[in-house]
Amino acid sequence: MSSGSAFDAPGPRDDFRPTAPWPLLRLRADLLKRIRRFFDERGFLEVETPLLSSETVVDRHLDPIEVWLPDDVRQPDSGRRMWLQTSPELAMKRLLAAGGTRLYQVTRSFRGGELGPRHNPEFTIVEWYCTDDSPAEAMERLLELAELALGRGPAECCTYQHAFQQYVGLDPHSATVAELRDAVARHQLAAPDGWSDQDRDSWLNLLLAECVEPRLGTSRPVILHDFPPSQAALARVRTGPPAVAERFELYVDGVELANGYHELRDAAELRQRIQTANQQRLADGKPALPEPARLLAAMEHGLPACCGVALGLDRLLMCAAGVDSIRQVQPFPLDRA
Amino acid sequence: MAVYKTSDFRKGLKVQIDGEPYLMIEMNFVKPGKGNAMYKCKLRNLVRNTVLDRTYKGGDTLEAADVEEIETQFLYRQVDTFVFMDSSTFEQFELTSDQVGENWKYLKEGMLCSMVLYNGTPITMSPPNHVELKVEYCEPGAKGDTATNVTKPVKVETGAEFICPSFINIGNVIKIDTRSGDYVERVSV
Repeated sequence: MSSGSAFDAPGPRDDFRPTAPWPLLRLRADLLKRIRRFFDERGFLEVETPLLSSETVVDRHLDPIEVWLPDDVRQPDSGRRMWLQTSPELAMKRLLAAGGTRLYQVTRSFRGGELGPRHNPEFTIVEWYCTDDSPAEAMERLLELAELALGRGPAECCTYQHAFQQYVGLDPHSATVAELRDAVARHQLAAPDGWSDQDRDSWLNLLLAECVEPRLGTSRPVILHDFPPSQAALARVRTGPPAVAERFELYVDGVELANGYHELRDAAELRQRIQTANQQRLADGKPALPEPARLLAAMEHGLPACCGVALGLDRLLMCAAGVDSIRQVQPFPLDRA
Repeated sequence: MAVYKTSDFRKGLKVQIDGEPYLMIEMNFVKPGKGNAMYKCKLRNLVRNTVLDRTYKGGDTLEAADVEEIETQFLYRQVDTFVFMDSSTFEQFELTSDQVGENWKYLKEGMLCSMVLYNGTPITMSPPNHVELKVEYCEPGAKGDTATNVTKPVKVETGAEFICPSFINIGNVIKIDTRSGDYVERVSV
């Protein structure tokens, strides 16, 4: 109501302050120490790989942040295009192909456009690879680490198929797009306009986000595994029926904390998936991304059989502290960075 | 007209959907697993006050609504319209009884109110959070009874009735909270 009055006078600016309270920043430091000890005690080697790289993961839904690196700042056109890494995956796999066996890394990762209560474009990933681990052992190790941080007791495992049967009432591997659309209507969900009937995964993702995820890990941690092959990303596909991607995700309190793969080793298959991802990116109106040539060379040389897991440290902290915004665990989120 | 991209979406945005103005009252970014980015929005219709749930995908856009808030002075009531004047341009606006709603209870001539214009046309108004109104009629209260838990209805100068403590008498001026319709205090005897 009052315009131009003393009420509108700006106070001294205080956006220099962190959005996270000190107790949570101390918890963050403590958790980092315990995570490093966990891996050190198990014979994992801590590695550091470039955040800025000429190669990037090619995924339909991951938007790497491009950085132009000029050779000479006086000639802004000279130089090369690089990307901030969406995860340390490519570099760590190159290390595995070159002889690494048990590797871990705590690193910043960057994903364009991801901003919300559980997302900040810059965030921290704990990622590890182990050449001896079977998928079951990799899940076990993930749960051991989650227990160390959260103390929420034994977890349960649930297939993607079972979760959909239980919470949506359909089989995600065999349902037609029409059936998925019906389920969206039946559960009274708001769907974005313009999703085509070819785009089965988008409908699955909407149902997952709205009907399944909120119910996962509410009493004890849940590992969701065996995803549709179309959502394999960099995981192996196990022939069926039904064929499934050997991918698993950890959920606590309805929040996805980690994503793991029984890693794909076939370079030709990866080339094929990159092509598909780029076609989808173009159809979505996004730029295609170049093939990661060094990763492909590493895979052609031979990636050992291995499992890899990426854990979101910020979200793990949110769960440990019982807070519902990433702003409470990062000192300076995007708008204060 | 300006267009908002999903990256501009945030609480408080005023947008236009199917020709009607909406206020974004909630915005949530979700991205399941390695899946699609979705922007879940709750939008309040600024004309009808209904709430709409919509989900947008990255790359979607919403048109900005030409909505502005101005300070007006309430001038007078006609049969079933209320006439206000823009305090800075002196332009006059008429609102229907429906648009004014329950707020008629607080409107005294000359009172400063805020008004929301959509495409230059008024859609809603709101009175100040507290208004002072003179009591025109009530049953007499028991002498010396200052307890506030004994209440009675009183009729004020605007013709509206409010529930007040029983010590309020005709001619008193009382303060009412317009957001709840509750009695706050007696301003003068």
